[in-house]
Amino acid sequence: MSLVNYATREITCKIVYYGPGRSGKTTNLHYVYGQVPDERKGKMVSLATQTDRTLFFDFLPLDLGTISGFTTRLQLYTVPGQVYYQATRKLVLQGADGVVFVADSQARQLDENIESLQDLHANLGNQGMDPRTVPLVLQYNKQDLPHDMIMSVDDLDEALNFRGVPRFAADALHGVGVFETLRGIAELVLKRLASPAEAGSR
Amino acid sequence: MPLDPRSRFDTFVVGAANRLAVSAARAVAQSPGAAYNPLFIYAPSGLGKTHLLSAIGQLAKQLQPDLQVEYITTDELVEQLHQAVTRGETEAFRQRLAELDVLLLDDVQFLTGRQETQSELLRLFNVLQRSGKQIVLTSDRPPAEIADLDDRLMTRFSGGLLVDMGAPDYETRVAILRRRCDERDVTFAPGVVEEVARVVFANVREMQGAINRLIAFQTLGEGDVTVEGIRGLLGDRGNGGGPQRLTPKSGEYESFLSGLAVAVAQHIDARRVKLVESTAEWRTQGYRTAALERALQSAETADPDALLKEFEEKVTRLRELEQEIVALDPSQRGSVQFRDPEAIEDLERLAEMLRAESSPPPPPDASLVRAEFEVGPSNQLAVHAADAIVEEPGVRYNPLVIHGGPGVGKTHLLHAIGNELVAASGGAMTIACVNASDFVNELIAALQDSAIETWRGRYRRVDALLIDQIEMFAGTERTQDEFFHLFNTLMEAGKQVVLTSSRAPRTLTEMDERLRSRFEGGLVVEIQPPDRLLREKLIARQLAAAGVTPTPDVLHAAAGLEMPTARDALRVGERLAEMAMHSRGRLTSADVSRVTAVRRSTPVHRATPSGDTPFGDREKTVWDWPDLSGRIIEDLR
Repeated sequence: MSLVNYATREITCKIVYYGPGRSGKTTNLHYVYGQVPDERKGKMVSLATQTDRTLFFDFLPLDLGTISGFTTRLQLYTVPGQVYYQATRKLVLQGADGVVFVADSQARQLDENIESLQDLHANLGNQGMDPRTVPLVLQYNKQDLPHDMIMSVDDLDEALNFRGVPRFAADALHGVGVFETLRGIAELVLKRLASPAEAGSR
Repeated sequence: MPLDPRSRFDTFVVGAANRLAVSAARAVAQSPGAAYNPLFIYAPSGLGKTHLLSAIGQLAKQLQPDLQVEYITTDELVEQLHQAVTRGETEAFRQRLAELDVLLLDDVQFLTGRQETQSELLRLFNVLQRSGKQIVLTSDRPPAEIADLDDRLMTRFSGGLLVDMGAPDYETRVAILRRRCDERDVTFAPGVVEEVARVVFANVREMQGAINRLIAFQTLGEGDVTVEGIRGLLGDRGNGGGPQRLTPKSGEYESFLSGLAVAVAQHIDARRVKLVESTAEWRTQGYRTAALERALQSAETADPDALLKEFEEKVTRLRELEQEIVALDPSQRGSVQFRDPEAIEDLERLAEMLRAESSPPPPPDASLVRAEFEVGPSNQLAVHAADAIVEEPGVRYNPLVIHGGPGVGKTHLLHAIGNELVAASGGAMTIACVNASDFVNELIAALQDSAIETWRGRYRRVDALLIDQIEMFAGTERTQDEFFHLFNTLMEAGKQVVLTSSRAPRTLTEMDERLRSRFEGGLVVEIQPPDRLLREKLIARQLAAAGVTPTPDVLHAAAGLEMPTARDALRVGERLAEMAMHSRGRLTSADVSRVTAVRRSTPVHRATPSGDTPFGDREKTVWDWPDLSGRIIEDLR
């Protein structure tokens, strides 16, 4: 899926936003969509239920133009978070170059976060991808909610970030941390594209 | 053209969009001809290409004052060439350029439609690159987009490092403007420089023009420039509905892009840079780097590290081959093939040939000829097969395995086949005819001398391999393994293999099954103990050689003696000939009886019924066994 083509100087990466239902994956994409100049983005495909839950997946193609001489394209996908869309999650995860795990910072959502993270690992394994080497960043979303409702970044680290991957506190609805997260995963993916062994030993 | 002393590396503001180009330029200035050659920098007008060229020239001169550095624009090059042609001084013009150490050629996009200059530049390129001189080119577009550019020039332009420069990001623009203000010793009110940096300009040059205008306005005493006044002062650009901002609401997006640009430059292009760097390094050392260049040209799927490692291994092998080949054939010294990793296969073949020539395989014994090999019912099948092989080597019976007890003539027939093959080919065929124990000893000696390749080479190039007493391979491992590969190589090449054995191949249980099955795959023929007719022929031949003509009765009686081997028959013949000498050429049946007595009074070398002991035959006994160390090496390897 991922490609660095030196002949045509093109880079193409597929990034999947993963996480439990209602954690804010689609919101991330919406914010990115809103900020990217029109000529740089394709049509955002979003298949949602009447209650606005992602039914199938969201897809946002970004053509970032020439970066350092490379025509760079990012394809952003989200998976439906609800547990019963397992087959779709597997499908979307195929060929992913990097994964953003969007966790819901609310304390009462901790179990869903952990379950979804385990689900991610299992699905990556099923795809023949080594969960330890796939570029991954965590986003702790909804950090804008009252402190008594949410877990701190440190506590979330303790609970979810056992691999010590880059993580970003975010308020996706207002765009806080959205681009930082995207940049974080994009850098990891590029690093891995450049040197699979090095990225793999991360 | 003189270099602009203000355009140096320390006056060039580095940002994400030009970091790679600046790094490459600096590397080139520090070691011209070694790092990236040619270095091709492309960027839209006004982003600092000429500045970088000048910076390279000045740093290179600063580090090595003796360097001949020339900066020239393509238009000037065209002009100078025309003048030289007009004055008839083309050669002097070429000579002058050929003596340069660093050529800095600006704006090569203007080569479009100038075929004559392109040809001249191609010639110059070849001269400079051959002598390791540095070439740096700039253009407003990549080589592939320069119209009417000669393919050969395009390949050369793309053969080093191609690097582009983008428009500077906001922070870099601010830094450029601040530096310009410092140079001019002007201080603006807070926010002015930042506001100018937010205005959209086509390039840095235009932006510098704008700040120049503001500097002029401020220093001419028209009052301090204010943030609000900028739009009015910059005319259309400032008034067109207010300055267009590069970073309006989407500042985040631009920052994201800027960060990504750094990552791409750092991670993705770094791979290419490493590849290019190594390619240049190998090329500097004189090696052909076509494989690496192809990787650079094509979509990158291979791991550059693996690619470089493979290339290094090939270079190591090239060096080994060069050493060996030159030692064997000094006339090969300096061959360009030793610098071409793609010529390894050819060189391996050459080395093998030279190895083989330096020690030809053992030939057949010229004294054991086919004409002296008597034929009877007991050996006629083997002889017919041998004759068929001589007629069509490698075609009909391959391999041919001749087995039989000791002394029945296997060795004679084997050498006879070898001699016939040599004769039939007019001496063109290379025949290896060797006793199996000698074959083992040669291999052990080769292992001891680390000359296994040479040993292999001398056998692999033979047209026919004839091995006597193949059963002597019993108990060896390496020999059987080497023989297996040699056998396969020769069979695949359609070369003839003939083997002799004291036993039928299927009974050689101490040999690898893979070998036995291959022996059985050709023709297996047995030579029986000599029949009566053959015995008569052999005795008669010995007597005829001594000038004795026996009566039929005597010959008949002699042939009736017990003679399990052909050699016994020859001995009887010899003995009778001696007797004939003492009885003036006359032989009687009584003489034959005396021969019997003689035979019976001496130990008789006879085969056991199974015929499986070579030790009963002095000639077939191996007296020179390899020493202990040799055996150990054989076993261990």
